[in-house]
Amino acid sequence: MEEKKALFEYLLRLGDDSLILGQRLSEWCGHGPILEEDIAMTNIALDLIGQATNLFEYASSLGVDKRSADELAFVRYEKDYRNLLLVEQENTDFGYTLARQFLFDAFRKPFFEALSQSSDQQLAAIAEKSLKETKYHLQHSSEWMIRLGDGTDESHERIQQAVNQLWAYTEEIFEQDQIDQQLIQAGIAVDLSVIRASWTKQVQAVFSEAGIDLPQNTWQQKGGRQGKHTEHMGYLLAEMQFMQRAYPQMEW
Amino acid sequence: MVTTDDIWKLLEGVPDPEIPVLSILDLGIVRDVTLEENSCTITITPTYSGCPAMKYIEEEIERTLSASISLPLEVKTVLSPAWTTDWISESGRSKLKDYGIAPPENEVDKSVLFAEPTVVPCPRCDSSDTKMVSQFGSTACKAQYQCNQCHEPFDYFKCLK
Ligand SMILES: [Zn+2]
Repeated sequence: MEEKKALFEYLLRLGDDSLILGQRLSEWCGHGPILEEDIAMTNIALDLIGQATNLFEYASSLGVDKRSADELAFVRYEKDYRNLLLVEQENTDFGYTLARQFLFDAFRKPFFEALSQSSDQQLAAIAEKSLKETKYHLQHSSEWMIRLGDGTDESHERIQQAVNQLWAYTEEIFEQDQIDQQLIQAGIAVDLSVIRASWTKQVQAVFSEAGIDLPQNTWQQKGGRQGKHTEHMGYLLAEMQFMQRAYPQMEW
Repeated sequence: MVTTDDIWKLLEGVPDPEIPVLSILDLGIVRDVTLEENSCTITITPTYSGCPAMKYIEEEIERTLSASISLPLEVKTVLSPAWTTDWISESGRSKLKDYGIAPPENEVDKSVLFAEPTVVPCPRCDSSDTKMVSQFGSTACKAQYQCNQCHEPFDYFKCLK
């Protein structure tokens, strides 16, 4: 594949992870269990949507096709979104939301650390910027994992359940295909097999502090990178895309 | 004849829309001013990826400068080197404190888990006996604190490294 096309695809994957998780978190706006957490989740959503904006603007500037950053974000069909299945999972309850966030943040931090060394300067710049925010996200989600895991019987039970269910979407995080391989060769993309150890270490450290058991289930669901999404994705897109579908090309 | 010094002076008059006591120079988000025969380029950098004020700041820069100079203006945004709170000027730090926002403290690296929270003195009574209410506050760049001495809640401009 032409390198520019591969990079375009890679940017969509990263942008979609940020955008879809940002959309999910924004659903908490006005519904957080306490005011501080309502504010925290919407702040994190804003960071993620800002990262997505940077990634889509860069993708759009490559000239691979004519779509603007907004069009990339809001008018693709479901099968054209490339995000991890993990990030599209429903909010369910506060613990479930935080478990989803933690599993993702623990990946994103070492990922952005590695990506900030990319041979592609713009990608490295986006990663360097995003990393600073991600450190705050990971600290926040790690602390809540511990608070909930080591809290009451009820909070412990719920967070353990959440981790057990979300575990099925963790293997996919480290899957790599032709596009990854091509861009790793070129020094542009991150070799996920290298950063996997950092993820595992962070997850184990926090779980052990929180008294959460590492799930033993081996069933893994994959397909997000190929556009095969779970049943939750359509509802999320319906909400997220409504304005652009109802009023095409509208601008703020 | 307009000089770059004149432009820097004019930029001092552009406030940060979220913390209006700070100019964009105090905040440290103006990276470069280049003046050529037929153009003027101002390079800025965002504080956070999703900072919603960037568009507004761009427009304010254009509005302020075009009132005094007739050259075509371009406001460019760059991401690297990434902005950190070290870019806030000394006068910016004291303006923040006077405004009731605790300026950023030098914090340990965020990747250290279970680290002791940073001591942030109260901007009103200077007591070090304060507590963090939430790492996230009214804008992306602030955390919420409360003073145990005077009991005032206050914003803390959190350290970004
Ligand atoms: Zn006080």
